Amino acid sequence: MTENTKLQDFLGGIRSIAPLIAAVIPIGLVFGAVAATKGLSPTETGLMSALVFAGGSQFVAMDIWTHPASWAGVGFAALLVNIRHVLMSASLATKMEGFSPRSRFASMLFLADEIWAMAEFRARVATLTPAWFAGLVAPFYLAWVISGVAGVTAGAFLGDPVVLGLDFAFPAVFIVLVMGFWKGPETGAVLLVSGAAAVATQHFVPGVWYIAAGAIAGLLTALVAGNREKQEVAS
Amino acid sequence: MSVDLLTLLAILAMTAATVLTRISGLFLIRHVSLEGSRRKAIESIPPAVLMAVVAPTAFATGIAETIACAVTAFAALRLPMLVSVALGVVSVAILRAFGL
Repeated sequence: MTENTKLQDFLGGIRSIAPLIAAVIPIGLVFGAVAATKGLSPTETGLMSALVFAGGSQFVAMDIWTHPASWAGVGFAALLVNIRHVLMSASLATKMEGFSPRSRFASMLFLADEIWAMAEFRARVATLTPAWFAGLVAPFYLAWVISGVAGVTAGAFLGDPVVLGLDFAFPAVFIVLVMGFWKGPETGAVLLVSGAAAVATQHFVPGVWYIAAGAIAGLLTALVAGNREKQEVAS
Repeated sequence: MSVDLLTLLAILAMTAATVLTRISGLFLIRHVSLEGSRRKAIESIPPAVLMAVVAPTAFATGIAETIACAVTAFAALRLPMLVSVALGVVSVAILRAFGL
């Protein structure tokens, strides 16, 4: 691949992630503002956003944050919230034939939901390249870290994000993406089971088990549907 | 510019947990063969994960959130992503202002 096509791919990645950057900046600001109320300094907040780079688990950590901080508590919560990354990276890895082992590994370290979803989306119509993936990651990563630090610095001046509806930006992005993954009745079954399992689990089990429960229930539905289809073909 | 030692430790624990989940998929597919129905199941992961994350917001948080989710989903059928997301955010803000 020439340098020129690499640059084109990198810019293409930036274009694809641009709308999500607009959505993530308010979320980053809110995260920073919440971190400030928990007594985190701008340096600590920036460090968390830069190293963890997983919004969901960072919000959960703020939810259960204590003084002094409990590494076991927030570490386990992060594991639980992010266990979906196992499925996400397994799924995306099958679409990274053009990546060297090293760049595949490096790419996975930045596997935030939005980046993963855009990459999965892209893989349906084109071959993924490291340059395109880097175009997704670079601006999104910077936007997340900088908006978090800006939020903790601005703190209380931001107003209540719930009144402004900004807390809804993240679920709204996910809904748009769900609609894009529709492939027919099989997808409907997966969505139905995954959604029902997540709601039921969230209702009866405290904490964030619902994400893993819903994802695995949806995956099992697809496996069962796939096996049934195979038997019909065989008989 | 202060970094508390226990806070740093907590951040590092979160980092280790997150990195572990992110790279383990790579090792998983190396040891599990991906033929036929398994391959299909892998393709179902994106919608299954996304749905599991949003379902409590969409169906079990409040009327405002449920309606706003429906608005976003319908908008996504025709409109670009950013417009759909903006419509969702605006509707949830308006509905909450009405006390729903």
